[in-house]
Amino acid sequence: MSERLGVRKTYKLVVNGAFPRSESGRSYEVRDAAGALLANAAQASRKDLRDAVRAARAAQPGWWGASAYNRGQVLYRVAEMAEARREELADQVVAAEGVERAHATATVERAIDRIVWFAGWTDKIAQVYGGTNPVAGPYFNFSIPTPSGVVGVVAPAEDSLLGLVETVMAPICAGNAVVVLASETRPIPAVLLGEMAATADLPAGVLNVLTGRLAELAPVLADHEDVDGLDLAGAGEMRADLAARGAGSIKRVLADDPRDPDAAALRRIRAFLETTTVWHTIGQ
Amino acid sequence: MEQVSTTHRIASGSAVVRIPDTASLPVIETEAALRALLASLSGVDAVGAAARAAKLATRSLKQSTKRDALDLAISMVDLTTLEGADTPDRVRSLCAKAWRPDPADPSTPSAAAVCVYPDLVATAREALAGSAVAVASVATAFPSGRASLAVKLADVAEAVAAGADEVDMVIDRGAFLSGRLGQVFDEIVAVREACGTAHLKVILETGELVTLDAVRRASWLAMAARADFIKTSTGKVAVSATPPVALVMLEAARDFAEATGRVVGVKLAGGIRSAKEALRYLVVVNETAGALWLSPRYFRFGASSLLNDLLAQRTKQRRGVYVRPELFSGD
Repeated sequence: MSERLGVRKTYKLVVNGAFPRSESGRSYEVRDAAGALLANAAQASRKDLRDAVRAARAAQPGWWGASAYNRGQVLYRVAEMAEARREELADQVVAAEGVERAHATATVERAIDRIVWFAGWTDKIAQVYGGTNPVAGPYFNFSIPTPSGVVGVVAPAEDSLLGLVETVMAPICAGNAVVVLASETRPIPAVLLGEMAATADLPAGVLNVLTGRLAELAPVLADHEDVDGLDLAGAGEMRADLAARGAGSIKRVLADDPRDPDAAALRRIRAFLETTTVWHTIGQ
Repeated sequence: MEQVSTTHRIASGSAVVRIPDTASLPVIETEAALRALLASLSGVDAVGAAARAAKLATRSLKQSTKRDALDLAISMVDLTTLEGADTPDRVRSLCAKAWRPDPADPSTPSAAAVCVYPDLVATAREALAGSAVAVASVATAFPSGRASLAVKLADVAEAVAAGADEVDMVIDRGAFLSGRLGQVFDEIVAVREACGTAHLKVILETGELVTLDAVRRASWLAMAARADFIKTSTGKVAVSATPPVALVMLEAARDFAEATGRVVGVKLAGGIRSAKEALRYLVVVNETAGALWLSPRYFRFGASSLLNDLLAQRTKQRRGVYVRPELFSGD
């Protein structure tokens, strides 16, 4: 009997519900915390980013058009998928971050709970951030929170799973579509989350995951005029430059540390909402 | 003038075509003569054509060449609206768009023409007064071509009387496919006469001709009947312009020019939506027919949404950032 050869997994991009290699054909080596080769990941190009933004733009109206209840169900389904793949996620957290197994398991469980937490928020955002306004006239006046549209996320570099879930799920639960640049050194949990989302009825294009060189991709994302918001959680020293680029096309820019408790997470949801105000005549 | 230098730069290393100075069109007075002409054409190697087109699609235009090619492609667009729901206002806005495709950047070239139904030609003519943009009209019972010759000629006469510079006619595919070649030829000749000074584009509807052999024969038939342009499609059937079809039609135009001294243009229509596809077709033009065809005089794209993608890519090249599709007006 010959010894069985292991089947090694290629970690590909997630764009528009599909798993392409980079259009450029490039890949790069991902190393674990000890410096050993962990896997090859696709190294996305500017054109992959352009395609991802286009997919997000196309998907966003449908995602926002679904009922809030339905969006919550879909996000809960993402949590179900993650629950079934806890061991795999924990393996990757151990490999990427070099932490103890027990710590990694706790991190994965916390991340899954956070997905459920965001799932619960989909049909409550309007109650918290919307309302009726007192006006001096015979009108009803409502303010309704609506999503910004396409949000670009630079995922936290170190906290490759929990930080990712915070930064990605907040805009998605509010009805945005997301293009996320995964942590450059620890991209695998992001690719796994993208795979789970694709098998959890999240419409194609709502979550697009790009892996590759941040210095190459982030400025293009920040400059892209068809992106409405930027979460720069993982931008590090590029943060000021990216924020200035984002200002060039009047994007909403958030540069919080994602590892804060619930109140900060609500700020993440709030960051990518617009307010639509409607006047409605009374009694006619 | 700018057009000449643009053409020159993209055309480096283009196909060499030797066109005789004096025209000698084939004399076709009987159906037998037409059949003999078409029978003299060799068959098309369909696999080879597909492979050649796919190979050319791998060429990539960069930097200044890409910028020039995008401008050239914009200048080749026949901005088209052929919907039952067309209104005069829609046509006017289309004309404004063709004249100044990107009002924010005056260096953007105008499109070649707008293409409308005959009843809207007068509206387009008026809206384009003072511009170099031509007015093209479909005619001859577009898109099916299934009407009597008298009806088709009346359709053409109406378009020309309303001021159309170019007439896009459809051939009777039923007649062509069932072998009534003389009928198709005579119709084109009759429409050519009805056009007067207007240019005649002959739509072959290659999606219904099925084989590349038929495309080559139909191209030659139309050119022998003195078409000014041969055009792939109406845009109303499932299969429109494809790279192999473009290759075969450009070869036909080139061979016809070399044989007779008469240069016939080629228009691709239907299904071309991205700038990337358009640039690939320009490569096919350059490598197949040569630099002479790299001009709106001899090559056109019939399209509507393509123009906005060309403008988006042009703006990307100039400003270095990806832009919103909404930056450019819809049609």
